[in-house]
Amino acid sequence: MNALIPQVANPSRPNSGVHSVALTVLIVLFLLVTVIGFLASRWRKADSLDSLDEWGLGGRSFGTWVTWFLLGGDLYTAYTFVAVPAAMYALGAVSGFFAVPYTIVAYPIIFFFMSRLWSVSHRHGYVTGADFVRGRYGSRGLSLAIAITGILATLPYIALQLVGIQAVLEVAGVGGGSNWFVKDIPLIIAFAVLAAYTYTSGLRAPAIIAFVKDGLIYLVIIVAIIYLPSKVGGWGHIFDAVNAKSAAAPAGKPFPATVPKPAQWTYITLAFGSALALFMYPHSITAVLASKSRKTIRRNAAILPAYSLALALLALLGWVAIAAGTKPLGFGNKPNAQLVVPQLFLDQFPGWFAGVAFAAIAIGALVPAAIMSIAASNTFTRNIYKEWLKPDATPQEEAKISKLVSLVVKVFAVGFVLALDKQNAINFQLLGGIWILQTFPAIVVGLYTKWLHRWALLIGWAVAMIYGTWKAFGISSATTSHFAGSSAIIPGINQLGYIGATALALNFIVAVVLTFVFRAMKTPYGHDETAKIDYFADSEDPRAAVYNRDPLGQDNF
Amino acid sequence: MSEHQNPDEAPPARVGLLWLTGVLLLIPMLALIPVGWYSRQDPKLGPFPFFIWYQLLWVPLTAGFCWAAYLVVQKARPYRAIQRAEPSASTEGDA
Repeated sequence: MNALIPQVANPSRPNSGVHSVALTVLIVLFLLVTVIGFLASRWRKADSLDSLDEWGLGGRSFGTWVTWFLLGGDLYTAYTFVAVPAAMYALGAVSGFFAVPYTIVAYPIIFFFMSRLWSVSHRHGYVTGADFVRGRYGSRGLSLAIAITGILATLPYIALQLVGIQAVLEVAGVGGGSNWFVKDIPLIIAFAVLAAYTYTSGLRAPAIIAFVKDGLIYLVIIVAIIYLPSKVGGWGHIFDAVNAKSAAAPAGKPFPATVPKPAQWTYITLAFGSALALFMYPHSITAVLASKSRKTIRRNAAILPAYSLALALLALLGWVAIAAGTKPLGFGNKPNAQLVVPQLFLDQFPGWFAGVAFAAIAIGALVPAAIMSIAASNTFTRNIYKEWLKPDATPQEEAKISKLVSLVVKVFAVGFVLALDKQNAINFQLLGGIWILQTFPAIVVGLYTKWLHRWALLIGWAVAMIYGTWKAFGISSATTSHFAGSSAIIPGINQLGYIGATALALNFIVAVVLTFVFRAMKTPYGHDETAKIDYFADSEDPRAAVYNRDPLGQDNF
Repeated sequence: MSEHQNPDEAPPARVGLLWLTGVLLLIPMLALIPVGWYSRQDPKLGPFPFFIWYQLLWVPLTAGFCWAAYLVVQKARPYRAIQRAEPSASTEGDA
């Protein structure tokens, strides 16, 4: 495509070979980010990166704006940018647009809870959510359950970032060979680079790269949202095209333009359930704990909605693609809705700008993948390795293990995507969302009261995990026979709803009922090492232990 | 962790203002619950269906409510350094 942009929408072309201009821009921007990633270790340099506080939490030093970029970079992933518009394009409003209320209600929720988690973690040197649970309830078992849930939910999430990169590469025309080695080598290189700078720079790398990522993403979205609608005939025409598609959709494959009555419970339980789950993910907690003060978190609740706006506009690009007649065809001319946004950019923009958009999506995968792998490895190191395998590990050893595990985690994610079907990564990520939500009672209720009994929480978690997995297992689609979705009938009200939310309700009921039972039986509560005042500490207050090496040991009291 | 003076007391707060913070934060959540009500085409804002612009409108509104809640909560529980129990440190407290 030359610089003279035609005034009418181009009919979409099927995937036709390598798009060299777009690809070159993508590679140049990728190299730039790689250099920044390695230089990041010098930023706000500590004496050494040999502790989890420094490597895994960036020295707990990030102010409002860095935290904003880090959290935004963390929560709005490449996959969001690929999957949300894809759902809007292929499935309609219910599956796509719920992301908007989801990311709106998430912020009042973080305002409520996360400042308390920050304060208590600051006082006690907690690095992970499971650290807090161990300190609050004095329960190694409950802490282990939280840690394992976190790791299991994070791994497919990292794999999903690769699916985002793959979508971009596929549209750019790279990786289509029949030889598996040639096909997958770009992806493996991308992840090897990511692994190398995460290893050297820790959380500082994604924090800095997030600036580049967001700069690119905002640039691309603003240009796209101003320019594209006029090019395809205006918003009126876009919504007409969507309504026409909706009217023409067969009964078995509806395409709702709003939320029809039977889907209303699904819409709202998905939105609220996902919002509650969002900050239970280890990588969100990592980004929150890396900030330097309690106020930072609350200020972020007010400025993070800017990302929701970007997300909503991106979601609408899925509908722009309908009006533009975009044909997302992958290799072998197979239709693949996941490719719709990259294909839209390639069709409608000059090659160099499509390259910038591709870079935004690909770099948008690296930032969260880095934070997620750091968070998963911190959790492994603190709550499994140190807790169960080597209690006398020094901070240096902990940092070393965490760095190594962050590599293992990425290798696993690459293997996951290459060995299994992409659809599996998506399905496991849905399941991971249901799982991580089940850590909510232990972590969030624990921030306010220790009334719930540790064993009641553990049993509630187990029941909800089994229920959620069983329900999700039973959902099949045309392409997969299990784990194909996340809504099922909510017992009692007989409406379709998010399985995670139903499981959470079950989790709460079991935890409350059994707490009464355990209290009646006088089963001892665990030792709570936190005091009420700890939940209000701010950065000026002294940190009790920079690094609490032995939360249950007597030497801390 | 025995160094605070009253470890099991929350710092003083103006309860009324704390409630106000809670209300400010609840409003955006409540506004998004009635899906059946806002899931419709009309009234349109220009070409945008009500379903779309209503939810988009709540993005800046939520930012505003969270910011207001931030200002109110600063007033409700002004920052007070944790007071230490040790005699050597007690002079640091503002009691």
